[in-house]
Amino acid sequence: MKKHLLALLSILLIFSVVLAGCSEEKAEETKSKSQLDIVKKRGKLVGGVNADIPGFGYVASDGSYSGMDVDITKAIAAAIFGDPDAVEYRPLSAEERFIAVQTGEVDVLARNTTYTTSRDASVGLAFAPVTFYDGQGMMVREDSGIKSLKDLQGTRIAVESGTTTELNLADQMRKLGVTYEPVVFDSQDAAIAAYEEGSVDGFTTDRSGLVSRRSTLAKPDEHFILSEVLSKEPLAPSVKDGDSKWVGVVTWTVYALIQAEEYGITQGNVDTFIDSEDPEIRRFLGVEGDLGEQLGLPKDFVVQIIKAVGNYGEVYNRHLGPDTVFDLDRGPNELWTNGGLMYSPPFR
Amino acid sequence: MKKLSSSTSPPFWRDKRVIPILLQAIFALLVMLLGAFFFTNALGSLKQMGMSFGYDFLGKMASFDIGDKLIEFSSTDTYGKAFLVGILNTIKVALIGIILATILGFIIGISRLSNNWLAKTVATVYVEVFRNTPLLVQIFIWFYAVFLSFPSIEKSLNAFGLFYFSNRGTVIPWFELTPSSMIWFISLLVGLFLSYIVWKVRIIKQVETGQRKYPSFWALGSLVGWGVITWIFTLQSPLLLSVPVIAGRGFDGGYTIGPGFGALLVALVMYTASYIAEIVRGGILAVPKGQVEAAKALGLKSPTILRLVILPQAIRIIIPPLTNQYLNLIKNSSLAAAVAYPELVGVGITVLSQTGKSVEVISIVILVYLSMSLFTSLLMNIFNKYTQLVER
Repeated sequence: MKKHLLALLSILLIFSVVLAGCSEEKAEETKSKSQLDIVKKRGKLVGGVNADIPGFGYVASDGSYSGMDVDITKAIAAAIFGDPDAVEYRPLSAEERFIAVQTGEVDVLARNTTYTTSRDASVGLAFAPVTFYDGQGMMVREDSGIKSLKDLQGTRIAVESGTTTELNLADQMRKLGVTYEPVVFDSQDAAIAAYEEGSVDGFTTDRSGLVSRRSTLAKPDEHFILSEVLSKEPLAPSVKDGDSKWVGVVTWTVYALIQAEEYGITQGNVDTFIDSEDPEIRRFLGVEGDLGEQLGLPKDFVVQIIKAVGNYGEVYNRHLGPDTVFDLDRGPNELWTNGGLMYSPPFR
Repeated sequence: MKKLSSSTSPPFWRDKRVIPILLQAIFALLVMLLGAFFFTNALGSLKQMGMSFGYDFLGKMASFDIGDKLIEFSSTDTYGKAFLVGILNTIKVALIGIILATILGFIIGISRLSNNWLAKTVATVYVEVFRNTPLLVQIFIWFYAVFLSFPSIEKSLNAFGLFYFSNRGTVIPWFELTPSSMIWFISLLVGLFLSYIVWKVRIIKQVETGQRKYPSFWALGSLVGWGVITWIFTLQSPLLLSVPVIAGRGFDGGYTIGPGFGALLVALVMYTASYIAEIVRGGILAVPKGQVEAAKALGLKSPTILRLVILPQAIRIIIPPLTNQYLNLIKNSSLAAAVAYPELVGVGITVLSQTGKSVEVISIVILVYLSMSLFTSLLMNIFNKYTQLVER
């Protein structure tokens, strides 16, 4: 009996010491280690994406992911490993996404997330540059007689919970003095189902999302998107706050896409640029200098990105351009040289 | 000599009285250590992301709207008030759900023991179907296949011009308060008290004289009489019936049951009732057969036997497991987020993603459910004590 008790006691003692030590050890480990090292050690990137918005993040029936946000994730994987398929996708709902980043369940969140002050400051996210400038819109039925936001008096409007959309809707309606009933769904699929059945009069989300959603409705022609824009919605990838090295990798991957378009470097012609005489391009592609090493990436990470997904314009056109069902105008997502907002700081 | 040494007290860790206390203390310490570990770990990772822990966000402006609400709420109100709206919505669905599920459960449970073949079979099929399918699936079926499949508002089904069924809500006639509602309410209390006295007096008279004095008739008569007096004073009815009419994209008057609330309530009631039915059946079967036989021998009719002999005894067995079902219903109401009914969890999720205060929001949700469940248990325990057999 005495022996047993002593053994039990010593086990308990060891257990509690381990437990007590655990928290500090772990904290120190993650403090010194950047997410980049963790990703490298793991051998693949874990990317939080959307699973039900065609054009941005969508799972095909064979389980493969496609979309602009998915391509951004692929570009990051290509930059680190030279392999765009070294990604494990996690489909996330609007509510789950921030917790997934905070807890480190995903390395990067590329799930049409609006860049806002409070998300940057108090939600614990660090944003990379904007990959898509969007605005919130409202979809209504053609035969409803609703022509502007003011006509929405007394209507029911479906919105996805945990989005900036929910807040913008409240702000705009308050400004216009329109009373309405928000119907808050936890998934866009449910919201669209209620909209299509006519249980709600309108559905609001980012305009690009509306265009893509409208294409999946039974009769797209019977629905139209109000011309008014409710808010600015700059969509950007984000990572956990407090890890500047990792933020740098994601940030410069996005800039590389934009800069490549500006130089006219595409997936098809990237190899011909490697012999370029232009020092800017030589530095950009890693033929000269050590920009890659400074970021903790391979020297030729830009080449790998472009080979994997192409430049920003190619990514855009592949998922949202004229050859797709969406046929979305580039608008503010044009390069700055063409009057848009896409601008990369110099690679030097 | 040897005997003496063995009678000296053994070391404390071998003392039979100390060991259990010691083990319990160690266990408690371990649990506390584990709790402290999780807590400091959560705080540590929050700190790493530069986030602070605190509940001061509850006083900040919510800036989102809530559709289905019992109290006034606008986007300029605080997060704290948003939580209150959510809590009230949870209470609303839980309270109505518990009442309806109990009634339905008792009917089904009694039907399962009926001698009528049809009633018995229908009840059995009901229980097996609803008890053996997941609740979330049932909620989705009610939502998509029933409540969203009602016609649009222009073509809404209508029954006698009183009830409307449309995919944006089911509308029933409801009551509106009049200026004299309060007087009527007080008057009703007084009237009830008066008629109770009348009833009691008549009963005593009946017992004393041995003649029939019709106590119930007298009580009812005095209540009606009191009502007439109140009418003369106020010249107004206590409540006005508000009949719904279609007005544009919504309904005017009446009470609107939104598709989300409707689907959630029906699903919760149907699901929980199937469990309650089994509990009721078990409780009734547990009443000794001799009791029924004795009642029959006294010449009582079967409804009377059920009411006066079986149920009072069965209820003692039914209440404890029934409490569990009530608690389940309350907790299951959190599935509402799937059908856009803004109850506690639904509102909590919105607050959580707007503020990023995940630990705080979840702790509030846990605390609210915990107190609601404990309060329900308390009430049911009191009721249980009241129905228990007093043994002498």
